[in-house]
Amino acid sequence: MLHTFVALVEDKPGVLTRVASLFRRLNVNITSLTVGNTERESISRMTIVADAAEDRAHRIMASLYKLENVLEVDDVGRQSAVVRELALLKVVCTPQTRADLFQLAEVFHARIVDLAPESLMLEITGSASKIEGLVQILVQSNHKILEMARTGRMAMRRGHHTSRVVEALSDATPRTESALAGKPKLVALDLIAQEDHA
Amino acid sequence: MSNSAKNGSDNMNSSDPAMTSQPTRLTGAETLWATLVGEGVRDVFGYPGGAILPAYDALRKFPIRHILVRHEQGAAHMADGYARASGRVGVAIATSGPGATNLVTGIANAMLDSIPIVCVTGQVSSKVLGTDAFQEVDITGITLPVTKHNYLVSRTEDIAPALREAFRVAQSGRPGPVLVDITKDAQQNSAIFDFEAAAPAPYRPHPMLRADSTSIREALELLRAAKRPVILAGHGILHSRALEQVRTLAERAQIPVACTLLGLTAFPASHPLNLGMMGMHGESWVNTAIQQADVLIACGMRFDDRVTGALTTYAPNAKKIHIEIDPAEINKNVRVDVALIGDLKEVLETLLPLLPERNSSPWLNAISAMKGDASVRDIQHLPDNGHLYSAHVMHDLWRETNGDAIVVTDVGQHQMWEAQYYKHDRPRSLITSGGLGTMGFALPAAIGAKVACPDKEVWVVAGDGGFQMTSAELSTIAQENLNINIAIINNGYLGMVRQWQEFFYDKNYQSTPLLSPDFVKLAAAHGIRGAHVRKRGEVVSTVQEARSHEGAFLIDFHVEQEDSVYPMIPSGAALHEMIRRPSENPLVETASEA
Repeated sequence: MLHTFVALVEDKPGVLTRVASLFRRLNVNITSLTVGNTERESISRMTIVADAAEDRAHRIMASLYKLENVLEVDDVGRQSAVVRELALLKVVCTPQTRADLFQLAEVFHARIVDLAPESLMLEITGSASKIEGLVQILVQSNHKILEMARTGRMAMRRGHHTSRVVEALSDATPRTESALAGKPKLVALDLIAQEDHA
Repeated sequence: MSNSAKNGSDNMNSSDPAMTSQPTRLTGAETLWATLVGEGVRDVFGYPGGAILPAYDALRKFPIRHILVRHEQGAAHMADGYARASGRVGVAIATSGPGATNLVTGIANAMLDSIPIVCVTGQVSSKVLGTDAFQEVDITGITLPVTKHNYLVSRTEDIAPALREAFRVAQSGRPGPVLVDITKDAQQNSAIFDFEAAAPAPYRPHPMLRADSTSIREALELLRAAKRPVILAGHGILHSRALEQVRTLAERAQIPVACTLLGLTAFPASHPLNLGMMGMHGESWVNTAIQQADVLIACGMRFDDRVTGALTTYAPNAKKIHIEIDPAEINKNVRVDVALIGDLKEVLETLLPLLPERNSSPWLNAISAMKGDASVRDIQHLPDNGHLYSAHVMHDLWRETNGDAIVVTDVGQHQMWEAQYYKHDRPRSLITSGGLGTMGFALPAAIGAKVACPDKEVWVVAGDGGFQMTSAELSTIAQENLNINIAIINNGYLGMVRQWQEFFYDKNYQSTPLLSPDFVKLAAAHGIRGAHVRKRGEVVSTVQEARSHEGAFLIDFHVEQEDSVYPMIPSGAALHEMIRRPSENPLVETASEA
């Protein structure tokens, strides 16, 4: 079965190797792995989806905790959680097929983020099954998918739940204005440009 | 200490004990040693080389004894033996490249047996990292799966924090090896050294540690109702320093104790409740007791495949209570009914006041009946038929040393015979490679043990095969003038492999007959005295000679060549399905048929 773990880890070089190496050592295949920043300086968040027997979740979690850089692990597959994935799909698009693709995009709440004479790019966010649904209908409607990129799952528990471990760590300072002080400031124009590209 | 006096005029004045109490500008090399001194290190085992030379250059300013090894594997094993004998962190130093890779076997050995060691390796300069520079190897990558944690340090100011954290990681929770790889330029540059400021941040809480009142109550219920309980005593008792608590548990509830190989010294062999070693070469009554038990209380042990036999048939009627600090060990091999996850000593201190005294005599009597007359049979009084058996050697060694020596064994038949016939009453008096089964461990580990405990009598017990893997360390013994006694159990074979070939491969003794040098002459070449022993009658007098001799002494015991270790559970068989001692053997089965 697929397990979904959220691991809060120190943002240091080599941490990804340690986590990946652990799954290799346990002979467990990683289906998807998403890493990014969190609300705290120096802490990264990994969402790891792994295919393993149901009773192995405890061992995987306990083994993750043995890594010094891992602060907290949550088995969100067993909790009520919001699980999302983002995919970009580049599809062949001629003037004849454009209308159909626009309709499909609307039904799936996908956005068209690039339009070229012979192709378009769809951005879709949602559960894995929703993305797979769009892919399936594209294929069945004889639309040629030129490229697909998927982020893998990201997950967050519903409700007020947050990490008690991270709260207990004194050195994990929340992101504040001062924490960002040393970083190059983004001018308003950049922000708008980023929004445009999004 | 004399070094620091000699260098009193040195302008660095690094040996000033105040150095660790106030911030000072030091080179990275000096920071390395100053941090080790601050962590309480007095002895290190190492081998110099290019990338670690700045550190060696600074060593003379510090009150640290450096033992020059002959191979870096020896340095890691010595640090390991040092840690096992003393309970303190052992430290090994090596250079980059081959120096670092030679440590790997020793690090893996410490990992599998949860031994706290810190290995410091030199690394090429940060400017050339990743360029395949001379003697460059990615040692943090190589050791990633065999260390608890490792660090690549390329800035001088990171040396002290990394080392201090390494010491904490090595000792905390379930102990283990940590490697700190320091680039040459980080050793050469200087930075402000502040020992206190380099202290690691408070340890993160571990949400999976759990020994709450519900679990404690469940454990107590099982113990109260138990008719045939057995304590499984493991290495964790030593790590947690819970010897008293385990003993109280056993005595108050009258529970017999079976020990793992590494747990042998965690419960006194002479204690009436001690059954002895469990597992593949455990005595029949020990394994039978476990198979018949209705409650097993596992204390700091991990149900290794060498102690469970086939998992499907393991202790089928027993409820299992597992007290363990590593949550990853819970339900790994054996599914348990109650898991108390935490420090063994703390868990037992919570549990013991709630545990009523109980009587278990029918069960204890039943186990005694299984032993038959074995416990009173004294192999020393068996007739001397001219053969020298390894068991004789172990028994006589135990008697002559009053069981007081630290015995450091290698891996193989002699290791099992030692575990069976040398009765250990003192904690940490048996040092042996359990999890990894590393041949060549004994000689260097004994050097570590002797350096850690110079007032203790230390014996190496090794086979003729394993001894030759690291016998170059005889030079280290000679150079350091260490009083270590060495017993080689010489049967001309790689004995344990030969035994498996005999039992499971139709006596096809492929590549197991072994030609060895004259070990006594080899010792003599190192200025170490020695003697051959070929007869039973010579054992005691030669052991006495070795003990009374000032300095190292090597005894080459030429024992029966095709003797086997009994009882034995073939791998994959159930714990009670053991191969018993053949009746024609003079060292017959020491228990009646169960």
